[in-house]
Amino acid sequence: MKYMLLICVDDTIEPTAGDPTIEQWLTEVEGRRLDGSQLRSIQDATTVRTRGDEVLLTDGPFAETKEHIVGYDIVDCADLDEAIRIASRHPCARYGSVEVRPFAE
Amino acid sequence: MPVEAQVADLFRAERGRIVATLIRLTGDWDLAEECVQDAFARALERWPREGVPLRPGAWLTTTARNRALDRLRRSTVEAAKLREVVAVPDDESDNEPDGTADDGFRDDLLRLIFTCCHPALTLEARVALTLHTVTGLTTAEIARAFLVPEQTMAKRLVRARQKIRNARIPYRVPPAHLLPERTGGVLGVLYLLFNEGYAASAGADLVRRNLCAEAIRLARTLVDLMPDEPEAVGLLALLLLQDSRQAARLDGGDLVPLEEQDRARWDGERIEEGVALLDSALRRGRPGPYQVQAAIAACHATAVRAADTDWPQIALLYGELARLVPSPVVRLNRAVAVAMADCPSAGLALVDGLAGEVTGHLLPATRADLLRRLGRHAEAITAYEEALALAPTDAERRHLARRVAEVTAASTRANPTGSRPG
Repeated sequence: MKYMLLICVDDTIEPTAGDPTIEQWLTEVEGRRLDGSQLRSIQDATTVRTRGDEVLLTDGPFAETKEHIVGYDIVDCADLDEAIRIASRHPCARYGSVEVRPFAE
Repeated sequence: MPVEAQVADLFRAERGRIVATLIRLTGDWDLAEECVQDAFARALERWPREGVPLRPGAWLTTTARNRALDRLRRSTVEAAKLREVVAVPDDESDNEPDGTADDGFRDDLLRLIFTCCHPALTLEARVALTLHTVTGLTTAEIARAFLVPEQTMAKRLVRARQKIRNARIPYRVPPAHLLPERTGGVLGVLYLLFNEGYAASAGADLVRRNLCAEAIRLARTLVDLMPDEPEAVGLLALLLLQDSRQAARLDGGDLVPLEEQDRARWDGERIEEGVALLDSALRRGRPGPYQVQAAIAACHATAVRAADTDWPQIALLYGELARLVPSPVVRLNRAVAVAMADCPSAGLALVDGLAGEVTGHLLPATRADLLRRLGRHAEAITAYEEALALAPTDAERRHLARRVAEVTAASTRANPTGSRPG
C-alpha cells in the first residue's frame, strides 16, 4: 500500500547536530520510497481558491500555523506498521512531525 | 444446564475467539461479527432440537465460516476475498479441541486484541473496539458504560474499523521488536477500562459498574495467551487486589478512605489470588510498573488493620515506580507514603516540591490532609477549600467538605473563642 509522508517542521526549530541525516534515511528506505522532494519555503507559496468565477490568491500557505509542510515522500509499504517505522526514522520526525496518509486508490 | 444457558456461556467464553478467526479468514470486521452473531442464533434454534454438538466451539466456527462463504459467494466484488477463505481447509476449524483451543486459534484472539489496541487509533477507539469486538458488548451498552450518546459511540466504532482497513493496520501479534511497547499499550487499555468501572458510582448503570469485571476477564484471557509476560500477570494481580475493596470503599454514594474501610468486607479470595499471581510474576525477575503497583496494592490488602500497613515498604515501592514511570502523580503518592512511614512534615516537604507540576484537586487535597495531621488547621482548611473547588466528582466533594467540617470543629475546640489560629 502507498502512503504519503508529509514532513512538517516548525521553522524556528533547528535540527540537533549529530542526528541522522536525510542522506542516511534515503539509503535506508531505498526500495520502499517511490518519490519525494523537499519543497521551497512558505514565503514562496501561493494559495489558490476559486469562488464562483473569481480566482482568489493569497500569498503564503493555506493555513496559518507554526508547522509547515517542508517536503513529502511517497513510500510503498506492507502495512501501517512499516510506514510508521519508516516515518519515525525520518530526520525531521526528531524535531518536527511526519503525517502518514494512506493513498485512497 | 439448559441449552440457552450453555449458549450464553459459550458466547462469553468463545465469541471473541471465533470473531478473531473470522476476521483473519475474511479480513472484514463487519462481516465477521455478523456471521458469528448468525452462528449463535442458529445454535439457539437448532441445539434444543438436535442436541448440543460434541465440540460446540468448532461447530460455531464452522457455521460462521460457512455463512461468510455464502455471503461472499453472493457478492462478486468480493471474489478475491472468497478465494482466500476457500483456500483455508475445512478441517482447520475441526482441529480445535474444545476448551483447550490450539495455538492457531489462540493466536487469532491475541491478533484481535493487539489490533483493537493499535496505537494509531485513539485511546477511546481502542477501548470501545476492544469491548465491542473482543467481549461482544453492544454499541448501546458501551455508550451507556462511557456515558456518551449511542450515535457517538457507533461513529467511533465505524471510524476505528475504517481506519484499520484504509490505513492497513496489520492484523497480527506485533513482531518481537515492537512487542514490549505494544503489550504495554494493551495493558493500558485494560487498566483504563477497569478504572472507568472503579470510578462508577453505586447508582451508575450496571454495564458501567461491570467494566471492572470485563477488564478482569480480559486480563485473565491475556495472561492465558501470554503466560510469559510478567506485566500481564502483574496487571491481573493489580486489578484483583483493587477490586477486592469494592464492597468496602463506598458507603452509599460516599467514598470511604482506605484507612477507614471495614477490612472484614474486603474479598479475601481476590486478595489471595492477587498476591499469588504477583508472587509468580515477580519470580520472573522482570519487574515493571504494573507489578510494582500490584505490590503496593498487596501491602494494603494484606495489612490486617490500617495501623499495620507497611508504609516504609510502600514508600520504597513508590520510589521504584517513580523511576519506572516518571510522573508527578506517582511522586505525590510517594510523598503520602513517606508522610506515613516517616512523619507528615517530611511528606509535606515533598508535596510542596511538586507545586505547579500536578494539576487538579489531588495536590491541595494531599497537602490539606498532611496539614490536618500536623494540626495546622487554618492552612488545612484553606487547602481543603482549594481542593474542593477542583474536585471532579460529587463523592470527592462530599468527602472534602466533611474534612473541612471536621477540621473547623477541631480548630474551634482548640481555640474556643472562635477565631482561627494563625
